[in-house]
Amino acid sequence: MMNEKLLVVKDLSVIYKTDEAIVHAVNKINFDIGRKETIGLVGETGAGKTTTALAIMQLLPERTGRITEGEILFKGENLLKKSKNEMRMIRGERMSMIFQDPMTSLNPIVTVGDQIRESLDIHNHDKKNKIELEARVDELLKLVGIQPRRKSEYPHQFSGGMKQRVVIAMALACNPELLIADEPTTALDVTIQAQVLALMAELKEQLGTSMIMITHDLGVVAQTCDKVAIMYAGEIVEQGTARDIFEGEKHHPYTLGLFGSIPDLEVETRRLNPIDGLMPDPTDLPPGCKFHPRCKSCMEICKHKQPEPHSFGNHIIVCHLYAKEV
Amino acid sequence: MEPLIKTIDLKKYFKVNGGLLHAVDGVNIEIKKGRTLGVVGESGCGKSTLGRLVIRLLEATSGEVLFEGNDILKCNRQEMKKIRPKMQIIFQDPFSSLNPRMSVFELIAEPLVMNHVYKSRREMTEKILSLMDTVGLAERFVNTYPHEMDGGRRQRVGIARALALSPKFIVCDEPVSALDVSIQAQILNLLMDLQEEMKLTYMFITHDLSVVKHISNEIAVMYLGQCIERAESTELFKNPMHPYTKALLSAIPVPRLTGNQNKKIIRGEVSDPINPKPGCRFASRCDYCKDHCLGQDIPLKDQGNEHFVACRIYQ
Repeated sequence: MMNEKLLVVKDLSVIYKTDEAIVHAVNKINFDIGRKETIGLVGETGAGKTTTALAIMQLLPERTGRITEGEILFKGENLLKKSKNEMRMIRGERMSMIFQDPMTSLNPIVTVGDQIRESLDIHNHDKKNKIELEARVDELLKLVGIQPRRKSEYPHQFSGGMKQRVVIAMALACNPELLIADEPTTALDVTIQAQVLALMAELKEQLGTSMIMITHDLGVVAQTCDKVAIMYAGEIVEQGTARDIFEGEKHHPYTLGLFGSIPDLEVETRRLNPIDGLMPDPTDLPPGCKFHPRCKSCMEICKHKQPEPHSFGNHIIVCHLYAKEV
Repeated sequence: MEPLIKTIDLKKYFKVNGGLLHAVDGVNIEIKKGRTLGVVGESGCGKSTLGRLVIRLLEATSGEVLFEGNDILKCNRQEMKKIRPKMQIIFQDPFSSLNPRMSVFELIAEPLVMNHVYKSRREMTEKILSLMDTVGLAERFVNTYPHEMDGGRRQRVGIARALALSPKFIVCDEPVSALDVSIQAQILNLLMDLQEEMKLTYMFITHDLSVVKHISNEIAVMYLGQCIERAESTELFKNPMHPYTKALLSAIPVPRLTGNQNKKIIRGEVSDPINPKPGCRFASRCDYCKDHCLGQDIPLKDQGNEHFVACRIYQ
């Protein structure tokens, strides 16, 4: 059943509407995830990674955030057509999310065990009793490497890495089919990051969960993802398998810029090759290709015409440079 | 060559509930003129405290800090006032280290005004504009306020402030960790260009190992207040000796498909810095820990070619 897609995102656009301006946070993005696959969403601040995740979870801020077009198909069902209550039953049970900052995403006045039990309580279809639920909490804590006796402690008694494990346990509580991890290790030190990434890889193997990994760290992507989508100013500018992105020859100029900006540990370079300029203002995006003001290979056509996606097998690059080759 | 800055058995203990927090515990480092020492370590290892101690923004508990041969910890206020302009610091967070009520002009002018560098306002304005040019800020930003600028530009203001008094030594305390990768690379290039032009000496504090390798000549690895390994940057990455350094280097995810397998993952977490027991601070997480690692602190020992390591395996 490998070719059956768990999640398909079609032409998704999200705006944030405020009194002053309309922010085009996500513009017509397309991607899909198969079972047991991990896709990495990579990009810098403001690229629209987290907005994409929130749109899938239907957790966009109610007052400002709005999905203007597109479809999100989860096992063939369009999530955008679901009612609030139906969505509530899917969220946390069939898909769940690990938030970026473990320091602030836990409730400081509820014990860790109770916080994990909350989603078990809400999605308790089998009418399990309290003892059975507590047993499941113990099991989850063991799964993420925390001693069950610590479940009566409060978040402030845990270190950053341990808190992130608690958050992972919460997300996994109901065995979700899809896990969205929003920068799960950004707030952690490298040695702790290595522990958490190893844990997530192990759990994915064990439970067969599909995952969306949101990160700006290409190293983390290389370590965890099967597929990669590079986002810039609300668009996916390049996507393909991890092999296409890390070892392929053709790339979007932005992808090249990202790789050029990271100091390489194995090769001596005197100077880095950063991308000049800044991210465009999302309330006032440039015409044509969004990346053209910063692009080293910018051509005349890029300034007024939106590039089309060009595919090389499963490897898709949205750039005028590849127009002739197809 | 005489080192520009040198610390001898530098210690800083903070009084906290429950005892003394050993933030910096007997650190010996030296930085030669025009070179960069990278200080790496995870949160809580005392690297920022060390950075503040060497320019005396914090008073040390004991030890010496030699700047051009003089112990600055023994200087009185007046002597300190003469030395201060020669050493500067660039702070981590460009969002909270700039006064939101001051414009770019006022921010860069502040050190010049405080030290009465210029008599006429015209001269000072010229200097400010030339500083802005040096750090790559367009002249049109001269009257903007910090909140109107993005992180990269704000950090450029921080750098211009640090350069205003033509210092010899700059402590860079995680200057790029709050920035996006593409902006981070721009700032790193700028810092390296400035060093070449002005013969600056840097102490570069960071937790990002790929950044530290890129910018440093020498690297000191810290763990729980102590410097556990120090070597030339290429030597350290080629031949890490301390078990912690090895684990730290192996933990970096590399942006490549091969090479992320067989990572050495260290267990556990950093132990408590309050009243630590003498002996190797890393012992409780170390696979090679033996009885002789505990009981007394382990000094840094030269393994030849200026590669110092504090570990019983090599002594």
